[in-house]
This record gives sequence, structure tokens and C-alpha cells, in this order.
Amino acid sequence: MLIYLAKRILYVLPVALGVSVFCFLLVHIAPGDPLTSVLPPDASQAMQDELRKIYGFDRPLPVQFGLWLWKALQGDLGTSIATGRPVAPEVWRAVGNTLLIACLATVIGFVLGCFFGFVAGYFRGSFLDKFASMLAVLGVSVPHYWLGMVLVIVFSVQLGWLPPGGAGPGGSAAWKWDWEHVSHMILPAVTMSVIPMGIISRTVRALVADILNQEFVPALRAKGLMDFGVFRHVVKNAAPTALAVMGLQLGYLLGGSILIETVFSWPGTGFLLGNAIFQRDLPLLQGTILVLAMFFVGLNVLVDIVQGLLDPRVRRR
Amino acid sequence: MSSTSAKRAVMLALGFSTTLAGASLAQEKVLRIGMTAADIPRTHGQPDQGFEGNRFTGIPMYDGLTNWDLSSAEKASVVIPGLATEWAVDASDKTKWVFKLRPGVKFQDGSAFDAAAVVWNVDKVLNKEAAQFAPDQIGVTVSRMPTLKVAKVVDPLTVELTTSEPDAFLPINLTNLYMASPAHWAAKLAAVPASVTEPAERAKQAWAAFSADPSGTGPFKGVKLSPRERFEMVANKSYWDPKRVPKIDRVVLLPLPEANARTAALLSGQVDWIEAPSPDAVPQIKQRGFSIYSNAQPHVWPWQLSFAEGSVWLDKKVRHAANLCVNREELKTLLGGLMEVPKGTVPPGHPWWGNPKFEIKYDLEAAKKLMTEAGFSAAKPAKVKVLTSASGSGQMQPLPMNEFMQQALKDCYFDVALEVGEWNAVFTNWREGAKHANARGANATNVTYAAMDPFFAMVRFVSTKTFPPVSNNWGYFGNDEFDKLIADARTSFDGTARDAALAKLHARIVEEAPFVWVAHDVGPRAMSAKVKGVVQPKSWFIDLAPMSME
Repeated sequence: MLIYLAKRILYVLPVALGVSVFCFLLVHIAPGDPLTSVLPPDASQAMQDELRKIYGFDRPLPVQFGLWLWKALQGDLGTSIATGRPVAPEVWRAVGNTLLIACLATVIGFVLGCFFGFVAGYFRGSFLDKFASMLAVLGVSVPHYWLGMVLVIVFSVQLGWLPPGGAGPGGSAAWKWDWEHVSHMILPAVTMSVIPMGIISRTVRALVADILNQEFVPALRAKGLMDFGVFRHVVKNAAPTALAVMGLQLGYLLGGSILIETVFSWPGTGFLLGNAIFQRDLPLLQGTILVLAMFFVGLNVLVDIVQGLLDPRVRRR
Repeated sequence: MSSTSAKRAVMLALGFSTTLAGASLAQEKVLRIGMTAADIPRTHGQPDQGFEGNRFTGIPMYDGLTNWDLSSAEKASVVIPGLATEWAVDASDKTKWVFKLRPGVKFQDGSAFDAAAVVWNVDKVLNKEAAQFAPDQIGVTVSRMPTLKVAKVVDPLTVELTTSEPDAFLPINLTNLYMASPAHWAAKLAAVPASVTEPAERAKQAWAAFSADPSGTGPFKGVKLSPRERFEMVANKSYWDPKRVPKIDRVVLLPLPEANARTAALLSGQVDWIEAPSPDAVPQIKQRGFSIYSNAQPHVWPWQLSFAEGSVWLDKKVRHAANLCVNREELKTLLGGLMEVPKGTVPPGHPWWGNPKFEIKYDLEAAKKLMTEAGFSAAKPAKVKVLTSASGSGQMQPLPMNEFMQQALKDCYFDVALEVGEWNAVFTNWREGAKHANARGANATNVTYAAMDPFFAMVRFVSTKTFPPVSNNWGYFGNDEFDKLIADARTSFDGTARDAALAKLHARIVEEAPFVWVAHDVGPRAMSAKVKGVVQPKSWFIDLAPMSME
């Protein structure tokens, strides 16, 4: 297991380096001027040159990348061009906020997805299967943006049950686990959960259908196991893959959703990324992408390890 | 006392105190505003986020030596005395100005506003040797007062400002330089840990601390900043202008960049005021008892035309035909009434109007006739390619508006192709010019602009000195006549004479038509009926101070 663990961690290094190069280059090849947020369109060429020098954009790209990477390794993601504030605290705060709704969305998506998946898989061809499959297809097909707005119109504007946006009184800095704040999580988390719900549901359905066709199932029945006993074995066999899918989905959700977080003005990574893109704030954009990518990589390692623990065959590969 | 009685007593006491607390909270008049900005504009005195920044974290917390008059919805918004009571250019040296300062003004931290404070604030963006020099404030400040070079204390209430060349626009430009408190900044600098030794880094940290706890001379004082989420300001009851002492106790600014999210926030009672509701939502907002405010802004939504070799716009008849071919009233209907029909860069009645001989209006027959005279017909249309974006600051509804233009101009023998680019790319090309490869062969560009001061409104588009990449004369329009008109305006130091020179310049611009003027934005905002005393001036700005909450 230790060798397996060491291998998984070693694999991370080239991936991390590749990601950092890629996100650095990606934001630099995008059109537009990196000083857009602090440089008005009528600024003189002299002023542009001066600011470019002050912000270090006059240096060759490899030098800029080296300096950025060196600082990033020390936990310093630079300073936002648009706000003048350090990037790292902003990114971590946004990650924390996204983590809140992403975890809730994953729980909702996983529970509902597994439920619909198992029901559909176990009762293949029945009305229940068709109904659960329809919900799954709906989940992966419905546009987030539209669903979020519909939920806001129904639950905030018409019924007045839930707030339409923000992170509650005082913002996320004053976050508390009380209803006033938690109520702000519900609509974005529900909106966010529909895609994982649909994906997990379809995956689990296929898995269950496959497992039920394997030879050990009739053997279990022949041994006298009742439906519930067989079902337990099916769940145990389906769990590693379902968990892996859940891990990936959590990874996607941690990246935040620019659309969902913008619709709900939720101060997470998606909202931050949206800001950084529109303001062309390169340090913020690079820092956010890097942290999210590292999160995703770390999460994959974690899922690999959990899979290895659950299924010895994975460790032997 | 039995335990039950004790519990009841505690409950009663709790209930009573809760009621009291509720009552005291209810007494605080709080105005919550949903901005279109995706982040809180900078709060240190030189806001970013365009003029929305000046509107919400500039004017409420700070003053300039000169301010905008925001007291009337009918009159044009003009420059008025702010922290300076009077000013004049030196009779013998037209690059020197003397500003007399308002006595008795204090910053919100209690320190005095004086000539040294003015010099300190000029130095923060112009003097690299100054401790408070802030590179990130240069961009939003220096380009808006391009000729200011240096400031000097004459006496505690008199300051001398020097420009690089004679420039009558200086008093207008100075509305963009807000006065932050030097004493408060010095206190923030002193609080920077001694372990930070590099002067530029110490200054940066001091400015960051100042942003979180700002101090200006304005009617509101910033008290709580949650980056990207909210900013709170409280009333400065000792504000120097008795007419602008706030009636509202607290203002909360919330960045809500998505139009539907803003509308939902208003309709659900999360905020009392939203900027720029989407046109589709306006009927519903009105139906629910909210008020919509709008007024013509000094804003222009144009097609800026190319005068590069081979451009169809080189022929004035074609330029006039395009201006006559657009039924702007129909466009207004398309936008739910949220635009003003333009007659030029500034409207009739404005001091810079100048009665141009060419009238911008809808006259299809005249447009067709001009196009025929220019050699075009339905069989041989004028091919036009317009660079635009799908969204962007101040762009209103660029795609539907451009598609409307495309259809409208078809009636006058134009064959319009729309080249939709990413906003930053289109914006960057605005400086690169029509001849640059990034213009993608376009012979018109669609970038909106503010028309508050003469340089931004006119000079940068018609001077031969502002050809790309110097400034935004994207289409390379200009000649000796326009350079002379600009020079006349820049050297007319009497306000009336300056306005008269600018009026001549404006009239000639409209007559030569280097733009197709399509719309003025009207700065729509929706508010709860609880917000009273709202005056929406003909400006990008609005004054929060005289407003009250029911």
C-alpha cells in the first residue's frame, strides 16, 4: 500500500508542473492587455510602458513564469492588479466558500444520484427505472444558469422563502452556522447538485445492471440470500466506482461554477474567476486556476487512495 | 421565585431586550444598493470600475478641488467649487493655476484639509519619490488630468498647480482627483510591521490598510470592507456642506454583476436599489411598486468610423446617410425606452452644443439620395464591417443594437457585416486603431464612451495628436482645422469662452460626422418606494447625500 501511495504522490509532481505552465501560458496568450483594469483606454504609451515595468510585464515570459512559480511555491500568489490586494487570501476565502456549497451539492447529488441509480438499476425496465432515468437525464441536461434563475424566481421572488443571493448578513467574512446564513447556501447548492445527481445516477444504474448480470448474483441467491442481502453485495461492488465518480464530481464542483455563483452572487471560486477574467486580472486568474487545479489533483489522489483501500485489485495495478 | 417564574422573567427580559434592539436597528436608516460592478470599487480615493466606482466609492466619501453639480435633473451637470472655492490661471504664465481652498474642512479622521494635503494627493500619483506614491492609482487618475505636472503650497489655504502646457480643461479634470487624508495614511504607514523594510512595499501595505478604513472629506465614511462582497459607509454628520449632510445613516454596497440576480435581489427585498435593471424586467419592477429613474447621460453609443485608405466612410455623404438612415425611436422601443435619441455627442441645450448645421435624425429618403449620389445602390451596396463585442462596460445591449443597425442600414444600400470580438480585444484595439491587424479589416468600431469632459468627449477622437496608439482616434480622423479648434478651446481660460470654443468644436464634429451616433444611455436604476429625495442628474453620477429612507 505504501508503494502504491508513493507512486500516486510522485505522479502528482509532473502534473502539477504541467498545470502551472499551462495556466500561466493560457492567461498570457489570451487577447487584451493585462493592465486593462488599472489602465484606462486613453492612457499614453509612456504611462503604459511605465506601469508595465512596475508590474513586471516588461520581462520575458520565462522570467515572469520563474518568478511567479518561485513565489507560488512559498505560498505567495502575488497581488491582484485590479484591487491591489494579495491573491492568496482571496483565493483561499473563495475556495472555502465554494467548498461549503460544493460539499452540500455533492451530498445532495450523491444521495439522490445513488438512490435513483440503484432503484433504476435494480428495477430495470420498470416504470421506476424510466422515471429515475428521466430525472437523471434531466439533471445532466438542464442548464444550470436557467435552473438557478427559475429557483430564484420561485423561492425568492414569488414565495419569499429563501434569499436570492449573497452569503448572508455581513458577507462570508461573518459566516455563522445559523439559518440566516445557511439559507443562502440552499439554492446555489441545489442548483449545483443536479449535474452530479444525474451523472452518479446514470453511472450507478449501469453498474447495478452490470453487477446483477454477473454470475455471483445467482450464486448468492442459490445460497439462499434474500433480496436485501443480494442488494448489499451489489452496493459493495458498485461503491468504488460510485465513489470515484463522486470524487471527480466534487472536484468539478470545487472549481466553482462561474454561472451559478454569478447568478447567486455567491463569493466562491467561480465568482472570483469570473471577476478575474472580465477584469483581465492575470495574477488573480493564475492563482485561482493553480489552486483549483492543485485541489483537483489532490482530490484525485485521495480518491485513488480510497479506491485502493476499498478494492485490493486497484493496488496491484 | 419558582423556577417557572424565573424562566418567565428571563424570557420576558430577553423578549424586551430583543424588542429594544430591534427598535434601535429599525431606527437606523440603511440604504442597500446592488451595483453592476463585480467587485467593490477601490475605496482609497481613486476608484476603479469606471464611473460606477466614482459614483459609489468616490463621490460619497471624497471631494475633489472641483465637484460635479448633481443637484438638478433638468440642467446639464457642470463643474462647481468643491474643496476649492475659486481658481484662476496666472495672467502671465498660462501653465500656472492658483486654487483658493475652502477653510475649516476636516478629514473624517479629524485632521485638517489644507494646501499641504492637496500637494500630498497630487504627489500620490505624480511624484515617484513621494512615500505615498501609488502606481496602481496612476492609471485611473493621471490620464484623466493629463497635463497636471506638480502642485506647490502657497499658503495653508492656497495651492499652485502647474500644467505641462496651457490647459483650460484643468478645473474639469480635477473632479477626478479625490482628496484622501495624509494624516490617516501616515498612521496606517506607521502601523506596517517593521519587518517590512522596502519603502514601496510599506506604502502598498499602508494603502491596503487605508482602503479598509478610508478617510476623505466626503458626506459618508467607509467603515467595513468585505472584498468582492460588500462595503458599508456611515453618515459623516460633520460634513462641511450643510446641504449635503446625509439623512441616511448607513449605505451598503453589494456587487451584483448579473442583471437577473440584481432584479431578484430588488424584488425579494434584499436591496433597496439596483443599477441597470434589464429592459425586460422593467414592466415587472414597475408593476411591483418600485420606481425607475433614468436621465440622459453624457454617454455615447456610436459607430466610430475609419478614415483609413479605401474606407467607404471617407465620403461625407456616406457618413451623413448612415446617420440619417437609423430610426432611433424604433431602437428606443426595442430597448424598452431605456435610451435617449442623440443629436450629437452632447444634447441641445448643453453648453458645448453649438448648433451644428447637420441634423442627426431619421430621414430615409434623404439618406437614400445621398447614397445614390455617392455611387451606391441596392445592387451595389456599400460594404461595411463593424467591430463589436457581445458585452462590455457601457456597451448597453451591443448585439441586438448592432443587429438593428444592420437591418436599418440595409434600407440605405449598406451591407453591414458584424465582427463580434471578445470585449477586452475590441477595447484594446480601440487604441491600436483601424489600420492594426487586430481591427480585422473593420471600418467601424463600436466602443461606447463617456462625454463628461472635453478631452474624453471630443478631443481624443478628432485630434491628429491622438492617432493610435497615442489615444482613441481609432479611425484617424483629424486635420488642421480641428487641431486649431482644440487649441482654441484649451487656451480659452474664461469658462464662458472655453464653452463657446468647445461648442464650435462640437458643431464641426457633428457636421463632419466621424461617428454614427446611435444612442445615449440613460443610466436606469430601480428603487424601492422607501427611497426618497432621489435626483437623477444628467450625469454618470448621483448624489446619495440628499436622499432619505422612509
